[in-house]
Amino acid sequence: MYSEARTTALKITGGVHEKRAHDSAHKHVAGEAVYIDDIVEPTGTVHVYLGLSEAAHADIATMNLEPVKAAPGVICVLTAGDVPGVNDVAPTGQADDPVFAEKRVMFYGQPMFAVVAETREQARHAAAKAEVTYSKHDALIDIPDDSSNADIVVTPLKLERGEVDNALEKAPRRLKGRMAIGGQDHFYLEGQIAFAIPGEDDDVLVYSSTQHPSEVQHMVGHVLGIPSNAVTVEIRRMGGAFGGKETQSNLFACVAALAAKTTGRAAKLRPDRDDDMVATGKRHDFVVDYDIGFDDDGKIHGVDMIYAGRCGFSADLSGPVTDRALFHMDNCYYLPAARAITRPVRTNTVSNTAYRGFGGPQGMVGGERLIEEVAYATGLDPLEVRKRNFYGDAPRNVTPYHQTVEDNIIARIVDELETSSDYAARREAIRSFNADSPVLKRGIALTPVKFGISFTATWYNQAGALVHVYQDGSVHLNHGGTEMGQGLYVKVAQVVAEAFQIDAEMVKITATTTAKVPNTSATAASSGTDLNGMAAKNACDQIKARLVDFAVEKHGVPAEQVVFLPNRVRVGNQEFAFPDFIKDAYMARVQLSAAGFYKTPKIHWDRDAGRGRPFYYFAYGAAASEVTIDTLTGEYQVERVDILHDVGRSINDAIDRGQVEGGFIQGMGWLTTEELWWDAEGRLRTHAPSTYKIPLASDRPKVFNVDLVDWSSNIEPTIHRSKAVGEPPFMLAISVLHALSDAVASVADHKICPRLDPPATPEAVLDAVYRLRAEAGS
Amino acid sequence: MVAVRNTIRFLLGNDLVEIDGIDPTRTLLDWLRIDRRLTGTKEGCAEGDCGACTVLVGRIENGALRYRPVNACIRFVSTLDACHVLTVEHLKTLDGALHPVQQAMVDHHGSQCGFCTPGFVMSLYQVWRDETAPDADRIERALQGNLCRCTGYEPIIKAGLAMGSGDRSADRWLAGQSDIEAKLHDLADGVRIEIEGDGRRLIQPASVDDLAEVYAAHPGATIVAGATDIGLWVTKGMAKLDPVVFVAHLDDLAQISVDDTGITLGAGVTYEDGWPALAKVFPDISELMHRLGGEQVRAMGTIGGNIANGSPIGDTPPPLIALGATVTLRHGIERRTLSLEDFFIEYGKQDRKPGEFVESIFVPRLPDNAHFRVYKISKRFEEDISAVCGAFRVDVEDGKVTNARIAFGGMAGTPHRAKGTEVALTGAAWDTASIDKAVAALAEDYSPLTDWRASATYRVRSAEGLLRRFFLETTAASSTRLVRERRLAHV
Repeated sequence: MYSEARTTALKITGGVHEKRAHDSAHKHVAGEAVYIDDIVEPTGTVHVYLGLSEAAHADIATMNLEPVKAAPGVICVLTAGDVPGVNDVAPTGQADDPVFAEKRVMFYGQPMFAVVAETREQARHAAAKAEVTYSKHDALIDIPDDSSNADIVVTPLKLERGEVDNALEKAPRRLKGRMAIGGQDHFYLEGQIAFAIPGEDDDVLVYSSTQHPSEVQHMVGHVLGIPSNAVTVEIRRMGGAFGGKETQSNLFACVAALAAKTTGRAAKLRPDRDDDMVATGKRHDFVVDYDIGFDDDGKIHGVDMIYAGRCGFSADLSGPVTDRALFHMDNCYYLPAARAITRPVRTNTVSNTAYRGFGGPQGMVGGERLIEEVAYATGLDPLEVRKRNFYGDAPRNVTPYHQTVEDNIIARIVDELETSSDYAARREAIRSFNADSPVLKRGIALTPVKFGISFTATWYNQAGALVHVYQDGSVHLNHGGTEMGQGLYVKVAQVVAEAFQIDAEMVKITATTTAKVPNTSATAASSGTDLNGMAAKNACDQIKARLVDFAVEKHGVPAEQVVFLPNRVRVGNQEFAFPDFIKDAYMARVQLSAAGFYKTPKIHWDRDAGRGRPFYYFAYGAAASEVTIDTLTGEYQVERVDILHDVGRSINDAIDRGQVEGGFIQGMGWLTTEELWWDAEGRLRTHAPSTYKIPLASDRPKVFNVDLVDWSSNIEPTIHRSKAVGEPPFMLAISVLHALSDAVASVADHKICPRLDPPATPEAVLDAVYRLRAEAGS
Repeated sequence: MVAVRNTIRFLLGNDLVEIDGIDPTRTLLDWLRIDRRLTGTKEGCAEGDCGACTVLVGRIENGALRYRPVNACIRFVSTLDACHVLTVEHLKTLDGALHPVQQAMVDHHGSQCGFCTPGFVMSLYQVWRDETAPDADRIERALQGNLCRCTGYEPIIKAGLAMGSGDRSADRWLAGQSDIEAKLHDLADGVRIEIEGDGRRLIQPASVDDLAEVYAAHPGATIVAGATDIGLWVTKGMAKLDPVVFVAHLDDLAQISVDDTGITLGAGVTYEDGWPALAKVFPDISELMHRLGGEQVRAMGTIGGNIANGSPIGDTPPPLIALGATVTLRHGIERRTLSLEDFFIEYGKQDRKPGEFVESIFVPRLPDNAHFRVYKISKRFEEDISAVCGAFRVDVEDGKVTNARIAFGGMAGTPHRAKGTEVALTGAAWDTASIDKAVAALAEDYSPLTDWRASATYRVRSAEGLLRRFFLETTAASSTRLVRERRLAHV
């Protein structure tokens, strides 16, 4: 509550631009934060488990579920025939993503049925008792070598600017190559889960671990054949998501809801980790073909690129994901002539989906390979090549998608990082170390990041919030964004505290629910704070305007004399403690609740034409990484990383720094040890932490210097001039890949481009060492 | 006739729990979350790899109370007799204040999504109990079995470095330790336990002699020590084991003795206890010790289990084979001893008769002129299963190799000696030319598989690289190894 002392404070606690702990930090460390599996279950709660296919591409010849039904504790078994609405959870309208495969299975691990039983263990054991035979078809697991005629899941995107063929033909130097870029499992620590409670009429309340409650709501309605207004979806927090719960939660929520409505009992569905990894989509892997023209000064003249992505069996979000790859192939570089197309290849694997960066990282890794090729071809330091090709003043400021880069600060960031990381001297020291070290070799790389902020699906760039001020001056905050650990809730609460000038402790952050704020967008594309922060501020501003009107009327002062001070309001020459002021307003029948709204201005995108302004602004950053590799085994370690990253004016330095550090390490995992491995049958064999290796504490850099750019302010009027931070730092880890490449290159005197494809596992590094030695004849 | 009890009794915090009739393989995690509604402990993987379910389990070991970090997802409730279980819910002080470990995590922004956090808190709590000022190295090692996907770990390490400055008297379990210890002493009555639940049976023998009797009578039983492998048969393979014989509580199976001839390890010695003891005699083994499993697995898994389960990729056999270890098997009152390499017959088959169990391992000391190294290759440096584990031992006299023993894991269906390579080296000068010949021979010794951990090509190449590294480390001054741990005997 408001204490006497607080109403005379000079400054509120928890306003914007303040370091503040995550709102749930105390609950996290005490084990008191409630995740969906922790919610108290109503009596009679049933448990659901999915039966998965054991063929990558086949007709279901026979499926005998009698042994499943006969297993102990089983209440019922649900198949496609039990779906009252539409057996489909495709998020973008293609109707290609069944809840339960009906006649044909399209990947190994596809759900075919669900068992409902008294306990989870019973349901799980029963699911294993199904007797299924398959009539197998040829299965396409990998992106084919020649993907030009491959079956695709969506219409490809083409970007083109300038006279590309001419530029390539006339360029003094030209080379072509191919790069493979691996995928990535999200490995959220809390797996997929949904818990549905049936209500009266068609009603169902679904607790879903999702980044996109509105979509889950629509999907549950679609599958159950009931209107959206019968479905309420709620999520207080997720135990990590990273894009893996943007669409992938739909199926689990729909099956739980179906089980709940079928049995009339609360129903929970939580797959085992292995099933979760097998049955849910991942980051797309890509094969990139490139053709680049350049000159001896290392300047790029033209590029022609093909990004073929493994999309899996259905479209899911593969359209926008592969699009975003193209949007980031340029990274920070001006391409005088550029052409790029996507090939969203359909494969008999799980349907790939959103993952932090949403294709952008893959696009950027492909683009950075071009820099590396030019550097080895010309003998220049890759950093020098980077700098020579940075976006600059007009006309060198237009992207391949015809958006003008208006907020470019990369040159200054890179200059500052180059100095603070002592890049040049260390590069020299590394060269001399390598000369005297026959086995261990070091490498260093400094790479930049420019990441476009906004959903390229323009209509997604809207958000709502609901703010109530109660009579005691405490505030209830709700918005459409979801909390997955990124600190969205605390940042938006800081925005609200700042708006009312009240201590953040007086702002109660409440679970995201479709019943309070409707028609929300996924909490994705790094947009959470930008969108929901503005929507919440809008709600606060509406209430404040009413309060000002009230004060003007009651006290007869001009509006500018009503000032919100820390935990109090000055009206003319009187000051009222905030709760007193609110109580007065209530007694005067002032509406103390508002629904806020925001939509991002300026943006537009014409996909068919490949032009527009898809991004409101760009976030920038750079990282310098140093590694050591063992040329006998390919093992390596990251010695030091220096990061300088741009978050505009940070709303919460501690939270933003956590995103930068955590994003970097996750990106490093993607590019190094995280390897997805399917066998010839199309079965994912790296389906648990025992086989799929995300970074450990001891994998983090031995020296890790992380700074936020302290002079940056968003040139666009975003929420308190901050910038989005969720995804951009992920791509700082490209510096690790390039440092490994630099170390590998040392075995051939830096004359040959190592073409080290990610994930750069120890095996991949050793393979590159062998290849370079063979090519160099040493 | 040995006395028999038909209940499990243990302490959960301060509560005495008594269970009669329980599914022998019900996991502690499910029991905590479902039966006791202690939901702070999380399930991340159900295979002992992510650490989200970490709790502490204390037991009177060799007369004194000792706590170990445990993955509750693969620890069976029925193995908790006379134990003290502490979960994240037990850490706050009675007036509701955060424990210093928890407070440090808050102060340093050590949680984001928070789901892994209780496990990290418990792993850090174990360190906090053991040491007042742990360094980053110690904290990293303690966290090798805890995965975080959000933070990148930096703030968690910072919390670990800062937590020691907290008020130690705030910890109610340190304060009440003697009371707990007394209660556990009372519970540890040394009888055999037999329980039936879910139609299946578990037996906890009272002693090794009792184990020999029980196992001879039930040769079809599954012996479970740390359950770091068998736990997965249950959580992943959904096995219904029956009957189950638990041995992790047998102090007399977990003895270590060292004398002039070598070191003897009881089969029940954990990695946590066994590897440091081995490292005292064979210092070069220490790196492997820190790359095997996470702290929780090292606390539970046993040397005997790692041998008895016959895995081709266990990390214990290669170094022990290279060192010339022998294994003693017991059936009833009969014992026999054979060389460890001979114990492994082929993939999935060991020289072990029904009712016979691994009782102890003896590792002879090395002569002064011996060089010995063991190296592990894995996709991730730590807490990963080996793609290749290579152990090398040569005795060199007057510049010539008089004896060579080289063993690899991950290169064949069993941990296997590189006989051709040994022949190539024996009698040869310990020089580059001999190593070149040995490397050529090594390629002939094995035809490894390609799988998700490594391709056959990489296995061969890295095995060759390890042999070269071994030579370089014993002859050249240049550094040849990535040094994460700062306690290698060499480098």
